[in-house]
Amino acid sequence: MAVDKILKDEASEEKGERARMASFVGAMAIADLVKTTLGPKGMDKILQSTGRGREVTVTNDGATILKSLHIDNPAAKVLVDISKVQDDEVGDGTTSVVVLAGELLREAEKLVAAKIHPMTIIAGYRMAAECARNALLQKVVDNKENEEKFKLDLMKIAMTTLSSKILSQDKEHFAKLAVDAVLRLKGSTNLEAIQIIKKPGGSLKDSFLDEGFILDKKIGVGQPKRVENAKILVANTAMDTDKVKIYGARVRVDSMSRVADIEAAEKQKMREKVDKIIAHGINCFVNRQLIYNFPEELFANAGILAIEHADFDGIERLALVTGGEIASTFDNPESVKLGHCKLIEEIMIGEDKLIHFSGVEMGQACTIVLRGASHHVLDEAERSLHDALCVLSQTVNDSRVLLGGGWPEMVMAKDVDELARVTPGKKSHAIEAFSRALVAIPTIIADNAGLDSAELIAQLRAEHQKEDCTAGIDVITGSVGDMAELGISEAFKVKQAILLSATEAAEMILRVDQIITCAPRRREDRM
Amino acid sequence: MALAFDEFGRPFIILKEQDQKTRLRGLDAQKANISAGRAVARILRTSLGPKGMDKMLQSPDGDITITNDGATILEQMDVDNQIAKLMVELSRSQDYEIGDGTTGVVVMAGALLEQAEKLLERGIHPIRIAEGYEMASRIAVENLELIAHKFDFGVTNLEPLIQTCMTTLSSKIVNRCKRSLAEIAVKAVLAVADLERKDVNLDLIKVEGKVGGKLEDTELIYGIVVDKDMSHPQMPKQIEDAKIAILTCPFEPPKPKTKHKVDIDTVEKFQTLRKQEQQYFDDMVQKCKDVGATLVICQWGFDDEANHLLMHRNLPAVRWVGGVELELIAIATGGRIVPRFQELMPEKLGKAGLVREKSFGTTKDRMLYIEHCANSRAVSIFIRGGNKMMIEETKRSLHDALCVARNLIRNNSIVYGGGSAEISCSVAVEAAADRYPGVEQYAIRAFADALDAIPMALAENSGLQPIETLSAVKSQQIKENNPHFGIDCNDVGTNDMCEQNVFETLIGKQQQILLATQVVKMILKIDDVISPSDY
Repeated sequence: MAVDKILKDEASEEKGERARMASFVGAMAIADLVKTTLGPKGMDKILQSTGRGREVTVTNDGATILKSLHIDNPAAKVLVDISKVQDDEVGDGTTSVVVLAGELLREAEKLVAAKIHPMTIIAGYRMAAECARNALLQKVVDNKENEEKFKLDLMKIAMTTLSSKILSQDKEHFAKLAVDAVLRLKGSTNLEAIQIIKKPGGSLKDSFLDEGFILDKKIGVGQPKRVENAKILVANTAMDTDKVKIYGARVRVDSMSRVADIEAAEKQKMREKVDKIIAHGINCFVNRQLIYNFPEELFANAGILAIEHADFDGIERLALVTGGEIASTFDNPESVKLGHCKLIEEIMIGEDKLIHFSGVEMGQACTIVLRGASHHVLDEAERSLHDALCVLSQTVNDSRVLLGGGWPEMVMAKDVDELARVTPGKKSHAIEAFSRALVAIPTIIADNAGLDSAELIAQLRAEHQKEDCTAGIDVITGSVGDMAELGISEAFKVKQAILLSATEAAEMILRVDQIITCAPRRREDRM
Repeated sequence: MALAFDEFGRPFIILKEQDQKTRLRGLDAQKANISAGRAVARILRTSLGPKGMDKMLQSPDGDITITNDGATILEQMDVDNQIAKLMVELSRSQDYEIGDGTTGVVVMAGALLEQAEKLLERGIHPIRIAEGYEMASRIAVENLELIAHKFDFGVTNLEPLIQTCMTTLSSKIVNRCKRSLAEIAVKAVLAVADLERKDVNLDLIKVEGKVGGKLEDTELIYGIVVDKDMSHPQMPKQIEDAKIAILTCPFEPPKPKTKHKVDIDTVEKFQTLRKQEQQYFDDMVQKCKDVGATLVICQWGFDDEANHLLMHRNLPAVRWVGGVELELIAIATGGRIVPRFQELMPEKLGKAGLVREKSFGTTKDRMLYIEHCANSRAVSIFIRGGNKMMIEETKRSLHDALCVARNLIRNNSIVYGGGSAEISCSVAVEAAADRYPGVEQYAIRAFADALDAIPMALAENSGLQPIETLSAVKSQQIKENNPHFGIDCNDVGTNDMCEQNVFETLIGKQQQILLATQVVKMILKIDDVISPSDY
């Protein structure tokens, strides 16, 4: 007797070979999708959103591309997820991790077709990944002790990261910006402290790092446009009508004159509040919330510069740079820490007026102003810079550095190949496949640059048989070059994260032998 | 559907809308039920054992789960068939009761159903089969008691516990670092265990996960990890010898539950109200300060003003901490949860050696660690991993391992894994069968055959010849009279499970057999299925 359906209508179930096929195909499709963006000569993608306005994004950042895709294939979703994690964790290498996982699965497919059990492949991959990681660990350079060299390393890493992005034309300029910004953080990974302001107009070259802090706000009417030796009170308080917060309170009066009285009392209350604030002996007041006209006028009378509606991030950063504390009550002026800075002035960038705080006490935060021809360029520039900043801030904590340009992959591949030779049993096929997948990355970089990848990789492999080889692909001249000389470096942490999460994801997908898809949840048809 | 007619040829309508319902009766119903049950078991069969495969499940909302945990697979599968739902319940109850062996129990039930079908075809009444199964299960459970070993473990000798947890973990995706995870699980359970009463409250073990890093970074924290940060960015990030006030009242003006209105009609009233409000905030913070608290953990939010006052008085605070976490913090720090500011007292404060904030990755993710607590009876396991699915799967695997460790503390008897216990039971049941007169004998024999299904599936999943391997192991067990021989799934070279250190808990195994038998009995007793036809 035939089985009735066990699952609900519309739910589907795929088993064994078919399930494996579905996940391989899905994962490889995703890898192929982002493959062409890899490397310094990688191409960009245009993404059009389905939302209103059909907004367009031009990008070459793997995580951004994958995030915007609507994907149905479950295996593909795993890859999207690892790329997202890579973005959160180290910030760069979002494309590489997907491509490597895709290549691992592509090799695994061949092995499965050759009747090797997925569990055997997984065992092989695990051994290979461990071996590859050890190979990298042996080759890392750590220049933490030597500050000069370390800064140079950071510079190189920033340039390598940026060279595959839209900023590659001015990579030196931006690498310097990024390194300076990160070094100011002094080891913290809190990138919030680095503010990026985007202003269309000018060219990318006009972007600059400002030592101080720039707030994208206007100064209140009739207030001084320039304050020297500013004492700043950073606040988060209501400066509109200060409501009585006790629950259920309401104003109920019986005559017009009473209304006027209460209004006057309210005004009086506000005046008192302003007086208290002024009593702090400040000459600049920055509030997170709105400042109404009445208090604004009072501030103007007192010659105090008042800035309203600085958003939450702005307030936090401002507190960080000026060394003040964010205040909400003003009763004890003596114990509130005020922020200080040498000069506050209004500056013009393009057509917009911004407020510039310079000569700040705590040098932790800084502002990078990006200029560029269009919003798309600026958005992409911001993403690229963000990648670079992430990598750098991670490198400051974990200062181990590797060479770039396909060098780490070749080093790993070499060691993994050796491991394959000494491993008995079927696992060695899988280990060999792992090394092929690793080599695929320099191959793709070369292909994307329009080079003869087969020739180059063969040369590279031969070079790497020598001890202490530093050869990698020099995309600019289209030949094998010395990476140490060219100054192409990558952070060890990024490479390790790529290796581990790609292997983990491939393993996860390989272990699956059945896919059960539930019926999609019905949307209520109200239309 | 068969209808009865009266003398005028009109049908008797017994059920409401009778003609719209489908009905299966007698043997047909039983067979349909059996095949549905078997279909569910078939799905899980390939996940059994250390070489079992995973399933990828896509939820109605498109989320992906990759798992090899039987209970999770069945729960997410969105089953429609009634009998299949029974199987889902079966694995769930194993999960609640034991926590591990959720796949095995379903495979076992499937095998029992398969055998029952053969007996039905021979014309044996389902109730007789059910009775035979019942007898057989009793024999099997007794046999398990016989072959079970008790082992002693103490705080110094954790090895047996760790080995048993490793057996559980080896079938999961986390088997790469099963050793360290097993150690974590055992230590966590021992930290919260009440060895006197032989009880473990698993609620005291908090399992948190965060994507990023690698699986090896997973750690056990003797304290609590909360996914929150300080309410004010400028509060200190590290507090030593913290005295913690645990509050469930908000730092906000009071909101009486009875409806009321405060009417403001004069300027004086307006001003007094304002004063009161200020006073109120001040009082709240002052009370916390007065009792000597150095950290405030609150279930609710803070008003901006209160937040600043806290900051101002150098009193770090954490807001929006969930109820469960709050309870755990209270247990760990030995504090009391205080519902009103008026009731704050120095002895109600919790104590912790170190409270620190830790940030992760490039985003603004921060977690609060509360460590070196006064009472280390609450612990946290903090999982790291490459992606979200990995974390989820690790959580499930760790849950299994924790349950196993707990079961061992409750009852320190173990049986050997790798199918050896099932084979031994099968031999015992087979031998006992001949002593029973009557039709039940056949059912008991069938039960013995069904028990073979688990080692068979193990062998099959490991790429071995199932029948050949099973018969070899079985003859070895009988010949040497040693119930430790099982299937050598990992190709280690020996099939003595004692040497391989593959253990399972006795109660887990007994429960598996009993639960599977019960469900099968229930399914066999159904002889009529009435269901509304498709609507």
